[in-house]
Amino acid sequence: MMAYIVRRAIYSIPILIGVNVLTFLLFFVVNSPDDMARMNLGLKRVTPEAIENWKQERGYHLPLLYNASAQGTARLTETVFFQKSVKLFRFEFGSSDSGRDIGYDISQRMWPSLAIAVPVLIVGLLVNISYALLIAFFRATYIDFWSVVLCVVMMSISGLFYIIGGQYLISKLLHLVPISGYDTGLNSIKFLILPAIIGVIGGIGSGTRWYRTLFLEEINKDYVRTARAKGLSETRVLFRHVLKNALIPILTGVVVILPLLFMGSLITESFFGIPGLGSYTIDAINSQDFAIVRSMVFLGSVLYILGLLMTDISYTLVDPRVRLS
Amino acid sequence: MISQLVILWTDALIFLLITLAVAFGVYASRKAHLRRPWGLVVRSRVGVGTMVVLAFYLSVGVLDSIHFHPAAESPDSAGKVIYSSEIISLFDSMVSGLRARQEKTYSAPLATHLYAKESTEQADGSTIRDFPRLEHGGSHLSDPDQRDADIVRLSAIGILKGLAVSVVAANILIVLLAVAARRTFGERAREVLSANTEIPWRVVLTVLGMMLVITFWSAELASRYHILGTDKVGEDVFYQALKSIRTGLVIGTLTTLVMLPLAIMLGIMAGYFRGWVDDLIQYVYTTLNSIPGVLLIAAAILMLQIYMSNHAEEFNSLVERADLRLLFLCIILGVTSWTGLCRLLRGESMKLREVDYVQAANAFGVSHLQIIGRHILPNVLHIVLITVVLDFSGLVLAEAVLSYVNIGVDPTMNSWGNMINSARLEMAREPIVWWSLAAAMIFMFTLVLSANLFADVVRDAFDPRLGSSR
Repeated sequence: MMAYIVRRAIYSIPILIGVNVLTFLLFFVVNSPDDMARMNLGLKRVTPEAIENWKQERGYHLPLLYNASAQGTARLTETVFFQKSVKLFRFEFGSSDSGRDIGYDISQRMWPSLAIAVPVLIVGLLVNISYALLIAFFRATYIDFWSVVLCVVMMSISGLFYIIGGQYLISKLLHLVPISGYDTGLNSIKFLILPAIIGVIGGIGSGTRWYRTLFLEEINKDYVRTARAKGLSETRVLFRHVLKNALIPILTGVVVILPLLFMGSLITESFFGIPGLGSYTIDAINSQDFAIVRSMVFLGSVLYILGLLMTDISYTLVDPRVRLS
Repeated sequence: MISQLVILWTDALIFLLITLAVAFGVYASRKAHLRRPWGLVVRSRVGVGTMVVLAFYLSVGVLDSIHFHPAAESPDSAGKVIYSSEIISLFDSMVSGLRARQEKTYSAPLATHLYAKESTEQADGSTIRDFPRLEHGGSHLSDPDQRDADIVRLSAIGILKGLAVSVVAANILIVLLAVAARRTFGERAREVLSANTEIPWRVVLTVLGMMLVITFWSAELASRYHILGTDKVGEDVFYQALKSIRTGLVIGTLTTLVMLPLAIMLGIMAGYFRGWVDDLIQYVYTTLNSIPGVLLIAAAILMLQIYMSNHAEEFNSLVERADLRLLFLCIILGVTSWTGLCRLLRGESMKLREVDYVQAANAFGVSHLQIIGRHILPNVLHIVLITVVLDFSGLVLAEAVLSYVNIGVDPTMNSWGNMINSARLEMAREPIVWWSLAAAMIFMFTLVLSANLFADVVRDAFDPRLGSSR
């Protein structure tokens, strides 16, 4: 088992290098640091000194790949690629273009992100699985038909609408919870409850439909017919046999997104003013802070690869048919 | 009308896409294994109903994709026609009334007065603060109190016109059907109306009638009022929502056009050749896939913004600039979304290369290229088609989210995302300005819902193994 995990982890190193090189190309080669400086300083009448100054402050003045003026290994380390990209592997994110420590910001902001993402995931799973089981129980009836219609309709509504509509209805008309904001500790619950509910509702359409498909696939299998032939009641068949086996694809689907929960949701967080990593990313995009966007790209990729790794491991844990090879 | 044609990048690609779709249609109609599922699609009531709705959207989108410089009012002294520097589309010139009738600022749907109070000077020199009359909306009424009666009158005219046109259309269709089946008109009409036909023509006629009535009704009202109100700078919201159709369709379709060659080529190559080719291609798509999509798009769009602001002189007009950004967005969305299809195709071609007839072709010494072209590609086309149709609605929804984060289409371009984005501030006003949001939502919802339903029908028809969803 251990050897398998280690081998899988080693496989992900080239992928991380690929991500790193890709972001480096995108951020430094497609557009030179000069372009970035000009963009950030305002386009008109920028003196070359100002650009040089801006680059110097943020460490973009070094050559990209090879520093001919340095000595020894410094020829490779005193470059933008080494300073800005290679250091990401050690999770040294450096400071943002506005001078803040990115690593510190991330460690502070990931908790609000988790506070909203974890409840949405757990409650959403419970709601979707129960609803899908209900539909599977009443399959091929009007309940089934209209539930599928409802799911398709809910899938077709933009997530933005759920947020705007929910904010308007609950916060502005009914004054139940504040529209947006955040607080520390238990006080944050009143700020989190509305985004969590909206997150769950927004996911019902696609989630329930997907789980229903999984359940129905399972229901048509031979062992279910055997179970019924033995005289088991329908509820017993559904809960003991179908649910248990359908949980395998559901669980592995969840495991892959677990690490990404840290990244938070871009839209929800910025609508509700929650100071998580999602709104951090959006603010960076809007203020064109490249150092932050670069760090988030790398962090997101690491978490995704971690998710893949965990999925593979969880497969081997829940499904004995999958062998380690 | 004399005018100078302009072909924008996305226009050209749209027409390329239409050509490809027609070519695929002709190809599919000759192959039994592709004709049969399409037969299932057009026999399904949901399938044909949504096809009619999608056709309406598509026709607006296509009309809006023919751009030109309109001729100026008067020719110059030498009698030569002068073209305006403005770029408009065929659709713009068809609804030129909507485009021209600008108000000062917000006004509610079907309103006769502005949303905000203004000080106006009376004839006797005193000023009063009141809601001023709109310059265009309901300006034909001498007394605003007649508005309700006028709306009822216009609605009746519009609905009657729509009904008349749909009756004519229905009759033409039945005549064509009767001629095709060599039956009398009466027989055929009875069959259609009692839903006794193989293809559910009654559903087609019902949906077509509904769409036509809505079209004529809104056209009649829109000629006198702003039926969905006006936005902050007084532009007609109905016009904006209609213009956004093209943006949504372009994002939904061109993205797949961009991603298809890459996904098909690499997917088949990886599955067919295996070995190091497979390893390399798998590496490429795992790497691309592991970058969160939104962030990759954000990074690419940021870079594009830098490029555009540093090379502002390369773009002749705002329209061209916005168009290029739209194209770039499609490309980058394609780059982030080709991996899924690529993986599917890899798996399928891996299975196909072990099939007997491929092995036999191999033994006879048929070249790889020919095997792929003859045996593999035709057998994975249904997967490609299902993916394209399924992806469409997701892409339309994604556009709204991306525009909200400011990494979507150009802010000057009409799109549902930009409308929703501006609605965020409007919702905080008192009384609230809800019509921009509502208009964008209704138009988007109709398109996405029909696309979702249509996609389900197509998937069930082409892939019976996945057919448990309905």
